[in-house]
Amino acid sequence: MTQVTFIEFSGKAHTVTAENGLSLMRAAIDNNVPGIDADCGGNCACATCHVYIAEQWQGRLGSQSDMETAMLDFAAETKPNSRLACQIEVTPALDGLVVTMPDGQH
Amino acid sequence: MEYPYETRSYGRKEAFEIPLDEIDVSNAYWFQTNAILHFFERLRRDDPVHLTVNERYDRFWNVTKYKDIMHVDTNHGIFSSDWTQGGISLANLPMDQRLQMFIAMDQPKHDVQRKAVSPIVAPGNLATMEKTIRERTCRVLDSLPRDETFNWVEKVSIELTTMMLATLFDFPMEDRKLLTWWSDVATSIPELDKLVESPEARMAELGKMLAYFTRLWNERVNAPPANDLVSMLAHNPATRNMGPMEYMGNLVLLIVGGNDTTRNSMTGAVLALSQFPAEWEKLRANPKLIDSMVPEIIRWQTPLPMMRRTALMDTELGGKKILKGDKVVMWYLSGNRDDEVIQNPNDFIIDRARPREHLSFGFGIHRCVGNRLAELQIKILWEEILKRFDKIEVMGEPKRLLSTFVRGITYLPVRLPS
Repeated sequence: MTQVTFIEFSGKAHTVTAENGLSLMRAAIDNNVPGIDADCGGNCACATCHVYIAEQWQGRLGSQSDMETAMLDFAAETKPNSRLACQIEVTPALDGLVVTMPDGQH
Repeated sequence: MEYPYETRSYGRKEAFEIPLDEIDVSNAYWFQTNAILHFFERLRRDDPVHLTVNERYDRFWNVTKYKDIMHVDTNHGIFSSDWTQGGISLANLPMDQRLQMFIAMDQPKHDVQRKAVSPIVAPGNLATMEKTIRERTCRVLDSLPRDETFNWVEKVSIELTTMMLATLFDFPMEDRKLLTWWSDVATSIPELDKLVESPEARMAELGKMLAYFTRLWNERVNAPPANDLVSMLAHNPATRNMGPMEYMGNLVLLIVGGNDTTRNSMTGAVLALSQFPAEWEKLRANPKLIDSMVPEIIRWQTPLPMMRRTALMDTELGGKKILKGDKVVMWYLSGNRDDEVIQNPNDFIIDRARPREHLSFGFGIHRCVGNRLAELQIKILWEEILKRFDKIEVMGEPKRLLSTFVRGITYLPVRLPS
């Protein structure tokens, strides 16, 4: 089990226990974290689990697929550190991870 | 209240008894009677990726299961949307009648054109529009007659969505009925629905739309950039040099996308709640359920029941061998009733655990750009309905559109209590 914290656009933080091997999106949805919509259920097909990842964590995440890049390309308010939470696998190396969220998922 | 077409069994016997090779789901009459749902159920059970060859559309594959549809929609390198291949509709129209719009383009051109307009529905802009939408919704609902039968489609659904569209284009409000007309014309199949006389007459009407919008373009291209779709297209480097056919195509996309769709969800919801009265009770007891009801409405109605792709290479789908050049039709309406993914899919349930997992907006790079605006309009409509009306009584049978491209309701007689 790995602790991760989601911070809503409003600043409200939600620390949850995420199951290793599942996606970061799943951890948010299964713990009712608001602000992650996940319309497609984890198929990298809607860009509604958009999060921002602080720089120090970037090296510990898996790489970004072409499809993820393509979907993020259409999301609103993207930044260089934007990722789709459904494409990040939770591992023990992510214990303590903090991610922030955009104003809305689109 | 039940009516012959809207009963759950209408057309069911035929759908399950006729030989599979006689099932042609491009039959618009089955959409008009709503029997189509039974034919899709049969295909999902017996032949989920179903080949049809007919005179009107030649040879095409019908994809009816949720997961297969997701596969096609997210593999844009295999399944093309490009208008040069035939685009997104069933027919391979003559080249000069094909609409050049970004939904019917592949990467990279699709991407830059889509991004020219998408800021209009970005979160910040939606927040700005919310106030306007609510004021209008209140005004429309307050003006409705009480204790008298009227057509919900005309007085509410068309009125609200057309005003929204006029705002998005900064289109003269007094001429807004033209937008509804052009939207209907754009999706018309003249040989079938006789809305206009011929395919040529359809293009002529769209030519009038282009002329009107060219005037707006010329005004705005010389003015500072503004927050409306015409100005955005006129000023964005990716779209400012579009030819007239591309401008026309993208106008059709934005008009149909913002109009035919939410219009029918706004009507479909009233019909659905009248058919599932226990859901009305749930909603009244807990108005917060509007949030999960909105996506359920959009799933239930599936206002755009299909999108077509063209295979760019030989491939396999659901055990069938698809050949390069084959048409592949994703029937979102069918996928949205697939019980492998959605429990009790033939029931309208406003408190589903994961209501957002539906196909109505499509998935992948062509996913509906206006989805959050659509949801916002429907949400506000129901918030304001609940403040005003204890019930909306459906007084007679709805009339459905003769179309495979838009799952439309053109008439729904209702009465509000006095």
